[in-house]
Amino acid sequence: MNRYTGKSVIRVDAYDKSTGRAKYVDDLCPKNALIMKICHSTIAHGYVKSIDTSEAEAVSGVVKILTCFDVPDIQFPTAGHPWSADPAHQDVADRKLLNRHVRYYGDDIAVVIAEDEIAANQAVRLLKVEYEELPFVLDVQKAMEPDAPQIHEEFPGNVLKHTGNVIGNYQQASRQDGLTKIEGWYDTPTVQHCHIENHGAYAYMEAGRIVVVTSTQIPHIVRRICGQALGMPWGNIRVMKPYVGGGFGNKQDALYEPLVAWCCTKVGGRCVHFECTREETFVNNRVRHAIRIHLISYVRPDGKIVARKAELYSNGGAYASHGHSVVAKAMGSIPQLYPCDNMELDAYSVYTNRPVAGAMRAYGMPQATFALESHTDDICKALNLDPVAYRRQNLMPVGYVDSFSKNELYCDTFNQCMDKAMETLDYKRKYELYKNQTGPVRKGIGLSVFWYNTAVWPIALESSSCRMIVNQDGSIQFQTGETEIGQGCDTAFSQMVADAVGVPLDKVHVVSNQDTDVTPYGTGAYASRQTYIGSFSITKTATALRERILQIAHEYVRMPVEILDMAEGVIIRKTDGRALMTLAELASKCLYSLEHSEHITAEQTAQIKSNAYSFGCCVAEVEVDIPMCKVKLLDIVNVHDCGKLINPALAEAQVHGGMSMGIGYALSEQLLFDEKTGRPLNNNLLDYKMSTTMDHPHLQALFIENPEPTSPFGVKGLGEPPVCPVASAIRNAVRNATDVSINCCPITPHVLYRAFKQAGLIEE
Amino acid sequence: MEKHINQYQTVHFTLNGKKVEKTVDVRASLTDMLRNDYYLDSVKKGCEVGECGACTVIIDGETFNSCIYLAVWAEGKNIRTLESLTGPNGELSDIQQAFVEEAAIQCGFCTPGFIMSAVEILESGKDYTDEELRKMLAGHLCRCTGYENIIRAVKKAIRRTMYRRQGLEAATDL
Amino acid sequence: MYDMKALYQAKSVRDAVALRLEHPEADIIAGGSDVLVQMREGKRAGRELISIQGLDEIRGVTMEQDGTIRIGSLTSFSHITRDPIIQKYINVLGEAVDQVGGPQIRNIGTIGGNTCNGVTSADSASTLFALDAIVELTGPGGIRHLPIADFYIRAGKVDIREGEIQTGILIPKESYEDTCGNYIKYAMRRAMDIATLGTSVNVKLSEDKKTVVRARVAFGVAGPVPLRAKTAEALAQGQPVSMELAEKFARAVKEDINPRDSWRAARDFRMHIAVESARRAFVESVKLCGGVL
Repeated sequence: MNRYTGKSVIRVDAYDKSTGRAKYVDDLCPKNALIMKICHSTIAHGYVKSIDTSEAEAVSGVVKILTCFDVPDIQFPTAGHPWSADPAHQDVADRKLLNRHVRYYGDDIAVVIAEDEIAANQAVRLLKVEYEELPFVLDVQKAMEPDAPQIHEEFPGNVLKHTGNVIGNYQQASRQDGLTKIEGWYDTPTVQHCHIENHGAYAYMEAGRIVVVTSTQIPHIVRRICGQALGMPWGNIRVMKPYVGGGFGNKQDALYEPLVAWCCTKVGGRCVHFECTREETFVNNRVRHAIRIHLISYVRPDGKIVARKAELYSNGGAYASHGHSVVAKAMGSIPQLYPCDNMELDAYSVYTNRPVAGAMRAYGMPQATFALESHTDDICKALNLDPVAYRRQNLMPVGYVDSFSKNELYCDTFNQCMDKAMETLDYKRKYELYKNQTGPVRKGIGLSVFWYNTAVWPIALESSSCRMIVNQDGSIQFQTGETEIGQGCDTAFSQMVADAVGVPLDKVHVVSNQDTDVTPYGTGAYASRQTYIGSFSITKTATALRERILQIAHEYVRMPVEILDMAEGVIIRKTDGRALMTLAELASKCLYSLEHSEHITAEQTAQIKSNAYSFGCCVAEVEVDIPMCKVKLLDIVNVHDCGKLINPALAEAQVHGGMSMGIGYALSEQLLFDEKTGRPLNNNLLDYKMSTTMDHPHLQALFIENPEPTSPFGVKGLGEPPVCPVASAIRNAVRNATDVSINCCPITPHVLYRAFKQAGLIEE
Repeated sequence: MEKHINQYQTVHFTLNGKKVEKTVDVRASLTDMLRNDYYLDSVKKGCEVGECGACTVIIDGETFNSCIYLAVWAEGKNIRTLESLTGPNGELSDIQQAFVEEAAIQCGFCTPGFIMSAVEILESGKDYTDEELRKMLAGHLCRCTGYENIIRAVKKAIRRTMYRRQGLEAATDL
Repeated sequence: MYDMKALYQAKSVRDAVALRLEHPEADIIAGGSDVLVQMREGKRAGRELISIQGLDEIRGVTMEQDGTIRIGSLTSFSHITRDPIIQKYINVLGEAVDQVGGPQIRNIGTIGGNTCNGVTSADSASTLFALDAIVELTGPGGIRHLPIADFYIRAGKVDIREGEIQTGILIPKESYEDTCGNYIKYAMRRAMDIATLGTSVNVKLSEDKKTVVRARVAFGVAGPVPLRAKTAEALAQGQPVSMELAEKFARAVKEDINPRDSWRAARDFRMHIAVESARRAFVESVKLCGGVL
């Protein structure tokens, strides 16, 4: 029944957010909470020898100072992955609450808890820290050299993990006659999520347990990690998640919840509040992995890829966080997007003395897509092939099944998406028109496809739980562990519940906030999983609830269950469509029955052992001002196949956001570090160049709705995919305009200046 | 460390249409005062240095980042926050309604600030090109929307307000 | 909450001067968009502040009897841009300060603060240099005037003496009459940015629009403080208007500028952009004056 799904209904939280009434962590924190501030290291690598707290203790208002010498001797993992009962699949536990072994510039070494912010800040500035400095390394490949500084004793050589994949015989195949070798190194930057709400959390003790209220995507996982970090039974922790001002993967990690939880136990259970500054958000949360990718392809003159080699070097920063899974996903995309019979693939996750890399929207795929789709254009240039025809020839074919995930490409999606995107921006004509231009200002158009594997099965557990409760008025509350962080899942889920149960949408009430004491288990917002995975637990719970409702209806209306149905909150006799009673009458009668009172509820867990591919294409048109070394984005379109849309308006809005993030990735965003000290140089919103309204053209988001056969509503993931193809489409457009290949992003004026000079487009 | 010389000042100003007075610590920012003393939680903190625009309020008809504005400077001023737009029965103003209808809201954290800048634009009574609107809204960062639907919502509210001024019934159908 | 030791609020210019003498250690705060940011950062933490925010007497733009345009030091950027006198006579200044930050920053940021903080990247400064602006300072001994180029001592240091505050910026009639200019802000994004390089050019043409009577060019971020490129100016003076002249003029700016290497941009890149910006701003200025190239 698609009465509500597929419609652009208004967001369920739009009113509260448009009036400023939606409550985020900082709005809920008691005004008498103690304030926690962190002392960060001012070296990139070494040991804290001592911290003299005497002057800081003397600051009026300081309640407690805790240092890396005081924390429990427990190493814990932080990644927002479902826990694995198998130790071999557990996340790497490589940090303590505060660290004596400092591994990046800004590492957490002490905290001050004070009555007000000024006292806390003053005390932090008065801490006297003595270090034993060690050499540090920022570059991923330099960190792999034999004499590189050792960052974690448990990982000699700084390689957290290396995995490979061999298909056919690359070496032998590459020696065939008549092949052209195309080789490229592609570099991607360290970027940050930049959700507008900084991460913050407060913790207090109640009834002997710790309550943590936090800006997170993953409340149930955070509870587990807090328990691990504090060496405490997990049930002693209660985590609550109110509205969240954006996450994009950064909050798919335990950030400062364990530290705040521990601190509150050190001040007798009083409420302790910590809010990241924007500067801390950039450096002390998580960043996107900068991945350097080396690609070698041997291609026949007709465009057939005969052999391919890929090496991916992933800069993981100082701690493992999500570990190897990000670059593993990036590597996995290469043989799937362009299948080839002979391949050698290697991926390395490497520790460096940079801020910690973790999950960020599309988890390794913007990096892989930038490299692979830039390389695709490089191949076409080398062999004088049409880039679209080449893609049609080599892309994952219809019917392709991935041997590991069993995911399948059911429809001719790639061609459909490319055709729609090309038509929208008149790609073919412009691509030819813009070749061989002269003059200082030139235009170009570029295309990139992408592929995205949503959710985490079969690598990890996919489980979702849902609870539904029928109120006396026939309305329904429901909860899941899947979290609203801005993407709109509360609305999409409400639409699904209305359809799956058979009640009007305005009778569906979503419990937006998660509370691990109350909310059924769900792992949270990540991997573009929620609409797909949530749809299973919602339909399973709705089925159970409907069965119960119809069973009770049978008792009241005395007709066989088989001929009863419920639609729009009314019990109907299917045979003639007659309305027999409303759900409101039924629920009220049932609850207040003196014979057999029942509060009608249902709760189900769905474990999902299937998964779905998402696909799409981006076409971008640019104007390049060569003397000024500037790229202006003129026009851009993303076309997505994410299955059937639950809410087209919200889907479109989400694509806009991903495109925007992709534009920043392509042209301007990059976290920079001082080579001499490892200090971050631009960890604020002025110096880190996220796009403003003036840096965007009109963004177009279009869809091809091929229903996904494996999921209840024909839906699959959308949240992350929009960011994947943008940088390579823009890069290919710059090439179309200037014939200059830029193999790194962001394509800043600094990069263009060097490249144009080298190409002789601007004079020395 | 030299201690702060305790200083408090009483400021008298108009807040969301009401004359108020408050004795505040001179060290407080306007954001601090609005959030902590008046519980006006629509005033959000995203950077505290005037880069993100989440704390934007209107002072005497112009938009300001309240994070880099001292609370004591409120003396004699007319200050408006997002809370002032919602009607006594919870009715949304045109601009709020447009944000709701155009799916211009996602995580909602930048929304209050954006709406306040839009209010200044609407109150000018003029129409603007897209390029002009983009410039007038450039003091706000948003990571969720790519600004697309925000611009759309502001344009819609401008049209609706203009129609309303001309007494056209069509205003609400837009 | 800002970590300030004390706040003194001036009620008049005279009061501000008295407070300056009484609290020589205190910093002056005008709009606050620099001072408060630095205080939060820790740079100015624990300091005393004298707020001149309330001094409406030094807000606004006026034309004096001799044709001098006076811009009160507390005039915000947005008010400068919207001011009819500015729009009519020195539109280039209005356009330059319209590129500072974003709208909210332009509402709080003042031209006095922009010049008194002594930074080379200030969007108003290069245009004020190119217009030979005069800085007015009011102190215990009365009013002192000095050319803006002399006002800047070194990066972050300007010539404000004991008890003084900056009360106005003056543009003499001779400087703006029959003169048109263009400012190019080179930055990494189109809003909310600081200049990688700021280039301000203005020219005055002969009555037949065929000859350059005067050309002036000033840069921000081409040295520790804003500076003029006098070699290029001298080269253009009295020359016939042409694209060749624009080219020569642009190349000549290299003689006087001295940008540095920093993580924000490399020296050679800034040099390159300076030449290209000077060329474009010169051409645009000539066109605005009615010249044909």
